[in-house]
Amino acid sequence: MIDLLSSLLILAGLFFYLAGSIGLLRLPDLYSRLHALTKADNLGLGLLSAGLALHAQDLLMMLKLMLIWLAVLAASATSAHLIARQARRQETGS
Amino acid sequence: MNATSLLVFDGLLLCSIVGLAWASLASHDERRGVILFIAFGLLLAVAWGRLLAPDVALAEAAIGAGLSGALLLAAVRKQSPGSSRTHANPDRNRSESGAKVVLQWLVTLLCAALAGTLAWALLHALSSTPHDTLPRAISDNLVASGVSNPVTAVLLNFRAYDTLLELAVLLTAVLGIFALGQATAGYQPAGPVFDGLVRWLVPVLILTAGYLLWVGAHAPGGAFQAGATLAAAGVVLRLAGRSRIGLPDGFALRIVMAAGVGVFLLVGLTLLLLGRSFLDYPPAWASALILLIETAAMLSIAATLLLAFVGGQPQSAGVTAAANRQREEISR
Repeated sequence: MIDLLSSLLILAGLFFYLAGSIGLLRLPDLYSRLHALTKADNLGLGLLSAGLALHAQDLLMMLKLMLIWLAVLAASATSAHLIARQARRQETGS
Repeated sequence: MNATSLLVFDGLLLCSIVGLAWASLASHDERRGVILFIAFGLLLAVAWGRLLAPDVALAEAAIGAGLSGALLLAAVRKQSPGSSRTHANPDRNRSESGAKVVLQWLVTLLCAALAGTLAWALLHALSSTPHDTLPRAISDNLVASGVSNPVTAVLLNFRAYDTLLELAVLLTAVLGIFALGQATAGYQPAGPVFDGLVRWLVPVLILTAGYLLWVGAHAPGGAFQAGATLAAAGVVLRLAGRSRIGLPDGFALRIVMAAGVGVFLLVGLTLLLLGRSFLDYPPAWASALILLIETAAMLSIAATLLLAFVGGQPQSAGVTAAANRQREEISR
């Protein structure tokens, strides 16, 4: 039961990674690529770590996996913001 | 997980690593090359993980990919302010590219020679029987080393000489960095979003460094990984345009820089005076002595790596703040 649930979560996570990667390769401009990559990968990592947490030996390991997800969430949101702002500044030339 | 799927994973990993290395070297845009190099370092860390060497994996991720990447990006930024090099004199470009080709071939030959030597050493080690004498010698003596992580036991006890010399190399490097003179003022103050990240990320990094230092005694971790994490906190602070990046001023900074080698030598010499041989810890004290040396080493390593990123003698906080104010006024 746990194996099935964990596999489903991991597969769902992989699907979002795939979608994000396709978005990165196929979308026309930087902003939409950034949007696809950041959002899809954040969700993908969340599902992946939830799937892996079901296999964790103890509560501490689960918490560590969640912490990794939260740290990546904050870092990737911030870097997406910084990249987009820099691109916009270069566009407007200010 | 069965053997075939692991083999497929290893194959993919290996191809990605070699592909990324090639793409990074072949890239004409330096910034792209550096970013590919960072990705290469991260995958290399995964490869070390697959080889069941989590200590090396941690060091590779923190130093090889993280801090080296930051250093290289800062170097690219310094080298080409505003990408004006494409307008350079064509004659000069030609002679430069000639020298570059010679240099590239020289580096390629040296790398091939190094790879050949390493492959020969590996084959030699594998063919000599039995080839597990060293791991067995370590696990037999682990109890006396004061720590239960074999990697730390080798680095800080059995082969403490090597680590002492590595720290001396770092001290020499930082003296070279100081010879470059005053560092530049740094980056512009960050906007609210990045500043918000810095506010909680830096304490977490400092906490992680302390954890890595402590856990090194019985699990993967240790002074180098902890020092790199601590230096990363300083790098983040500098990128965010803070005037204080965690380095002390003046004489205190010099003490921190020399602390690793200094404490190491002090422990060794004290043991000599007590009638033991150099760095031969008494088993009852080994654990505490290793922690003492590693703490000093972590501070020195962090200061060295951070100073390498700063790229010279740091200006005192007041000067940097004044320079920032001045720049703000100009931009207005």
